[in-house]
Amino acid sequence: MNYLNETIDSLNKKLAAGELSATDLTKETIANIKQTDQKLNAWITVDEDAKPAADLDFKKSKLAGIPIGIKDNIVIDGMLTTAASHILDNFVPVYDATVIEKLKAAQAVFVGKTNMDEFAMGSSTEHSYYGATHNPWNLDKVPGGSSGGSAAAVASGQVVAALGSDTGGSIRQPAAFNGIFGIKPTFGRVSRWGLIAFGSSLDQIGVMSKRVKDSAEVLNVIAGYDERDSTVSEKAVPDYTKFLGQDVKGLRVAVPKEYMSDAVDEGVKAAVQSQIDALKAAGAIINEVSLPHTKYVVPTYYIIASSEASSNLQRFDGIRYGYRAKDAKNLLDVYLKSRSEGFGDEVKRRIMLGSFTLSAGSYDAYFRQASKVRTLICQDFDKIWEENDVVVGPTTTTTAFGIGEEISDPIKMYNNDILTISANLAGLPAASVPAGLSDGMPVGLQIMAKRFDEGNVFKVADFVERNNKFYEQKPAGMED
Amino acid sequence: MEKVTEDMIKHVANLSRLEFDDAELSKFTSQMGDIINMAHQLAEVDTEGVPETVQVVDRDTTFREDVPAKPTDRDVMMKNVPEKANGFIKVPVIIDKDDND
Amino acid sequence: MNFKSTIGFEVHFELKTKSKIFSPSPVTYGAKPNTATNVIDWGYPGVLPTVNKEVYRLGIMVALATHSTVSPVTHFDRKNYYYPDSPKAYQITQFFQPLAHDGYVEIEVGGKKKRIGIHEMHIEEDAGKNTHGTNGFSYVDLNRQGVPLLEVVSEPDIETPEEGYAYLEKLRKIVQFTGASDVKMEEGSMRVDTNISIRPAGQKELGTKVEMKNLNSFDHVRRSLAYEEKRQEQVLLSGGRVQMSTRRFDEATGKTVLERVKEGDADYRYFPEPDIAPYHIKQEWIDEIAAGLPKSAEARFDQYVNEFGIKPYDANVLLQTKESSDFFDRAVAAGADPTLAANWMNTQVNGYLNDHRVELADIKLTPENLAKMIKLIKDGTISSKIAKKVFAETVENGTDPKEFVEAKGMVQLSDESVLAPMVKEVVDNNPQSVEDFKNGKDRAIGFLVGQIMKQTRGKANPVVVNKLLNKELQSR
Ligand SMILES: [Mg+2]
Ligand SMILES: [Zn+2]
Repeated sequence: MNYLNETIDSLNKKLAAGELSATDLTKETIANIKQTDQKLNAWITVDEDAKPAADLDFKKSKLAGIPIGIKDNIVIDGMLTTAASHILDNFVPVYDATVIEKLKAAQAVFVGKTNMDEFAMGSSTEHSYYGATHNPWNLDKVPGGSSGGSAAAVASGQVVAALGSDTGGSIRQPAAFNGIFGIKPTFGRVSRWGLIAFGSSLDQIGVMSKRVKDSAEVLNVIAGYDERDSTVSEKAVPDYTKFLGQDVKGLRVAVPKEYMSDAVDEGVKAAVQSQIDALKAAGAIINEVSLPHTKYVVPTYYIIASSEASSNLQRFDGIRYGYRAKDAKNLLDVYLKSRSEGFGDEVKRRIMLGSFTLSAGSYDAYFRQASKVRTLICQDFDKIWEENDVVVGPTTTTTAFGIGEEISDPIKMYNNDILTISANLAGLPAASVPAGLSDGMPVGLQIMAKRFDEGNVFKVADFVERNNKFYEQKPAGMED
Repeated sequence: MEKVTEDMIKHVANLSRLEFDDAELSKFTSQMGDIINMAHQLAEVDTEGVPETVQVVDRDTTFREDVPAKPTDRDVMMKNVPEKANGFIKVPVIIDKDDND
Repeated sequence: MNFKSTIGFEVHFELKTKSKIFSPSPVTYGAKPNTATNVIDWGYPGVLPTVNKEVYRLGIMVALATHSTVSPVTHFDRKNYYYPDSPKAYQITQFFQPLAHDGYVEIEVGGKKKRIGIHEMHIEEDAGKNTHGTNGFSYVDLNRQGVPLLEVVSEPDIETPEEGYAYLEKLRKIVQFTGASDVKMEEGSMRVDTNISIRPAGQKELGTKVEMKNLNSFDHVRRSLAYEEKRQEQVLLSGGRVQMSTRRFDEATGKTVLERVKEGDADYRYFPEPDIAPYHIKQEWIDEIAAGLPKSAEARFDQYVNEFGIKPYDANVLLQTKESSDFFDRAVAAGADPTLAANWMNTQVNGYLNDHRVELADIKLTPENLAKMIKLIKDGTISSKIAKKVFAETVENGTDPKEFVEAKGMVQLSDESVLAPMVKEVVDNNPQSVEDFKNGKDRAIGFLVGQIMKQTRGKANPVVVNKLLNKELQSR
């Protein structure tokens, strides 16, 4: 089973009509993953025993019987969950993430866990204990990260949709690199209960799919209040599919000049500009705006995310779960050896940075200063919202880069996130939708909106999808 | 900004409960130097009087009522424990102790 | 040379909740290891804390009872350190904006009153427990992980070990009477860390602090502080320097022993807890809590002595626990005579509790039944001898004293119209006694009372019988 020409609607119809058996669908999905993943390495775990529920109700739930990919930092009771780290390579969770509980209630099927950068720290899925994932458009290129496994799985048609997580662009950047849609909801829209924490004030679970509507369908299921995550909003969840097929006439679209600067590749800019032109032609009002603190988002983000991560990852100490070094003679040894052997270099760098930026002599100059600059970044957006409904621009400055090209230069890798980070710092909903190709590789258009205004994000994404019909293009790397 | 030295990195490694051999230490010192240098760019932003944002939740925390729930079965909790004995988690003897009040 | 001491306290109280501060697992005492936990307590990957409202309420009660200012905005912070009993390797506490600050308690030492400032108080989670084996291993039990704590930090106002002792006594009593904590040192629901530095009189800046943690009793606190004062004095007088260190009190020798030298403050890398949004404490909630605040021990003492006329010693016995004071108050509210109720509480009730090693909450006696029994004594329905039987019954079985007395026919015979003919008859039948009485032999009356008691099977009211006998004998 390959999903390149399918949607949740098309599958639901076939399942409901009996043209397709859910059991076969799961089996064929697994068979296809096992075959195509030799090229991609998009999965860490494939559950060959996965089965759809016995009492599927195709009328009640569109997701009934449909396999969904789950990033390997979201826990499923009883299914190996590693966050792509050696330190968790034997870890079997004993509870479900809230999003899993909700998807189970909607009768979705879990066929396994997708590859990622270790603990979601990275922009290429090369920082995985289980090896790099390859981009289905060109197997020599990275799929982006950290949700690179979910992105490649969707782009190659292994699944119709997958969950990812986004702390600084980890859904949108891989969506852009793989020519698919990916949305990071507002901070507080989707429960983080069961998401292995990276940067707690930035992390958000979101959805990736080839078609915009499929993400709306999945977000409808996973969004909403959760008593176990006190940062989740009680606000009612609208039906996101209602925002599709709408007119963009009169919609106020801001284009930050910093996002269309010389730092962005010409090919990327051209593809993005063509979609902005189409919006204008359809009656949207395009306003050039400024996000003056864009220059500082990368250091601000790396200080805050790493500070939080350094604390969040202290629990991986070899005592209650996960990897414990074999030759530890005393407690300090357990800590030092389990962690030093269990974490990869990128994770160590971020833990070290965070321990440094929080330490007594550095707190004011780094963590506190970053928290203040974060306020300025939020204020830049507040100003824009006074006269605009959405912000659009490129998702990334380049298309997917080559495997091995940036891994030895952390700073260069960090700068990959310059256009996506702001949405996390300000807690905004943001998505990437395919804008076109540049030298044969997909380009993403990023859409951001006010907090809890996922509706306008979907509206613009759906317009772009109808305009360029990018979904008709098939990833070149998968052809034999 | 003070220069990032191997001693500084050793101190931060200790706070992080990580250990490095000499080759790693020199590699990390140089990389951390670049990263901290990048982070130091923020020093040039005028933040006089600017409040801090540590969260983007636009309301107070919600409270849980004081109603106890059934604890999780100990056997379930113990499933992932590397070493255990008589219902306890077993660890090599503690030789040093941080202040933990 | 003269030295001045500066003493500080960090006192942790376990707040009395049913569930933990950041997880809904139950708070228990003495359960089997790791049987009162869940994935939150274990710091499992992916878990998040949620705040127990009751912890705030109890904390605010203590803040109000110590005249502290409740912070309008509070949030939690992380204190990072590694230890096996700390599953997340950070403690969620309040560092930057504690629950309350700038309070005080008033102490009295040697007849002199003094205010001891409270710098701040904050709520936080307790850690689990490590047991150190002799075989090179330690064992971790996470049942206590997440039990809510209130940490009360004093200002450096305390200058002598005696003041320190008085401060702890007073603070315990205040917290105890809010009902926010059990304040039992032996069970760990009150834990005391203290620090002391000395400096030559006239010197402004404080000396080097020495800390002592988890002392077993107030007496140990006092003795260890007194020992430290002397030890540090000797160090300084001999030209030495006091080391910044943690010391332990050795009960056997009465000395403090060096545990470990500190090289500057530990780096806990405090930062705001990103998993919990701040909380604004509204004045209406504070007012509501203030309105429901139980009466303080001080106010109760005042009422017992000045309004009820109870002796100060007895009042203090009643005030040893909030439970006993509450019990007494309820008995009085149900109509018991306060003096009688206090006597019964401090003798029979306490005696019963001690003999059976139980607490008030565990027995069947209710304040209402105690009040009923005392009313029966007071109105002469039962004698104090019968009352002991009634007490035994109601304390064991919760029986209503009035119903019991009636059912068992234990009602005392006080009716003069019934007793007078009996008195006349007994005197008639014992002429020798009349003779003895007239000759001034008091024993005679005792004999006659005994006769009447025999006839009435002990039910006659001795006061009434005595009165009638006197009258009858004098008329002969
Ligand atoms: Mg403390
Ligand atoms: Zn404390």
